[in-house]
Amino acid sequence: MSDAAIIQPKLGVRNATKSYSTRSGDLLAIDDCSLDVKAGEIVSIVGPSGCGKTTLLWSMSGLHQLSSGEVLLDGKLVDGPNPEIGMVFQDANLLPWRNLDQNINFPFEIMGAKPDRAWVDDLLGRVGLAGFGGRMPRELSGGMQQRAALVRALSFKPSVLLMDEPFGALDAFTREEMNQMVEEIWMDSPTTIVLITHSLEEAIFLSDRIAVMSPRPGKVASIHEVPFARPRSLEIMATKEVFDLTNIIKKEIVGDQQSRYARSSDAPVAQAAR
Amino acid sequence: MSESDTIPQFKRGGVGSDKVDISGGMSSLAAGPGIRSLSEVLAIIAVAVMIIGGTELALNLFAVPQYILPKPSEIAMALVSDFHLIAPQLGHTLIELFSGFGIGAVVGLVLAAVITQYPFAEKIITPYILLLVTTPMLALVPLLILRFGFGYEPRIIAVALASGPMVMINAATGFRRVDSGKIALARSYGASTLQIFWKVRAPMALPMIFVGLMVGSIFGLLTAVGAEMVGGGFGLGNRLTSYSSMIQMPQFFAVVLILSILGILIYTLFFLLGKKFASWEA
Repeated sequence: MSDAAIIQPKLGVRNATKSYSTRSGDLLAIDDCSLDVKAGEIVSIVGPSGCGKTTLLWSMSGLHQLSSGEVLLDGKLVDGPNPEIGMVFQDANLLPWRNLDQNINFPFEIMGAKPDRAWVDDLLGRVGLAGFGGRMPRELSGGMQQRAALVRALSFKPSVLLMDEPFGALDAFTREEMNQMVEEIWMDSPTTIVLITHSLEEAIFLSDRIAVMSPRPGKVASIHEVPFARPRSLEIMATKEVFDLTNIIKKEIVGDQQSRYARSSDAPVAQAAR
Repeated sequence: MSESDTIPQFKRGGVGSDKVDISGGMSSLAAGPGIRSLSEVLAIIAVAVMIIGGTELALNLFAVPQYILPKPSEIAMALVSDFHLIAPQLGHTLIELFSGFGIGAVVGLVLAAVITQYPFAEKIITPYILLLVTTPMLALVPLLILRFGFGYEPRIIAVALASGPMVMINAATGFRRVDSGKIALARSYGASTLQIFWKVRAPMALPMIFVGLMVGSIFGLLTAVGAEMVGGGFGLGNRLTSYSSMIQMPQFFAVVLILSILGILIYTLFFLLGKKFASWEA
């Protein structure tokens, strides 16, 4: 941990504050939130719903402007969308009028660049979508759509991949498969990954570190190292160490949440925070 | 993702009561749920023969005079014998329809695309568009004739005024279907407003644009024929008034038949275009 202070982080969030104006007044989604992500690291962000996880991630991507504070990528200010940052959204977000190939071409059309065909084909092969290029999104299963979205996000070789509950809509088995796939791709061509998830299992399986956020207004309350060797097998998930870590994090989240209910009658803000 | 009530055309019937039949028929004929079996084809032909033949027989049996209702055979004969007289008039009507609808559709599409970007302007303008949609533009034709004479101009203007708002109101529904997730996706690659419009908003609006073109073109046809009936010396509508005043009922119905076929052809054209370019939603 002391290294992180000396080495420049890949992605640094400094005192990020973001408020939304709503009909019932200003709403503070994240307040003085700071997080450093090292190059090549996978960091998960977990926390009670409505704690501003998505706001934080969208601010990292440059899609949201912070009210105050800053996001730094390699020490440079992120003040808008950046081709060094790839984003995977909650649903696959494929354009339904384009087939798979055309969907993967979409970022390149916007950026006015040419795709590296070999790289894209390699990615498609890895996620098991080789030969599906002509299929329309509606002809693909939910898991395939999300895999396509992953390929699309990685296609232009961003150095940072931000994932906003990417596999939340998938069933548990597909999700495990996706997690293994992400780890495999990451181990072969390390990118820096920041992942929001509601699944502690997913967080532990994938992450080097897990950041736990406090309830709204969200801050990073604690950071847990995940010390397990890679590649991680699904068997490791059944060990006592994983069980203990899960419990510690769960207590932090649920404990906070209970105190929140005891404290006030806050309206749910999940939508506002998006 | 999309509200199911805004995308009826390529799935189910049409919007207006009289259009439901046409589009229902179209989807089974032109687009079709697979190839029909031979027995189905035979049944369809048999019913058509029965209806036409039955009408012929009944009119014979009850000795209905030709000036009340001509027999199908008489209509067919009039269509063949007088086609050289009717064809040039069809040309006039098509010129009015294409120019008027072309102008109306372009203006309607541009207005819809621009207006939906500015919700406040949209609120101000929408009542007037609704007014244009609901007012029968035929009512303006006598006025337009006073100003522009008996040529193409008043008719083209009436067609544009009838079809444009119809195109606009449907296209606007399409452009308003904002999917913030898809727009965020485009933005995350650094898309400009223009890129977002052409690569996200426009394709997303396309199905509703085709609905607008389909309905607008039919409204344009109705208005063109109506305007021709009001005044001026040419066009299919003008033929209708003149044949009926001379009690040439077979010729009259021959013109009606041509108009029906024209309407179905236009409708089918946009239906097929919609199928081709906006089928991702169906």
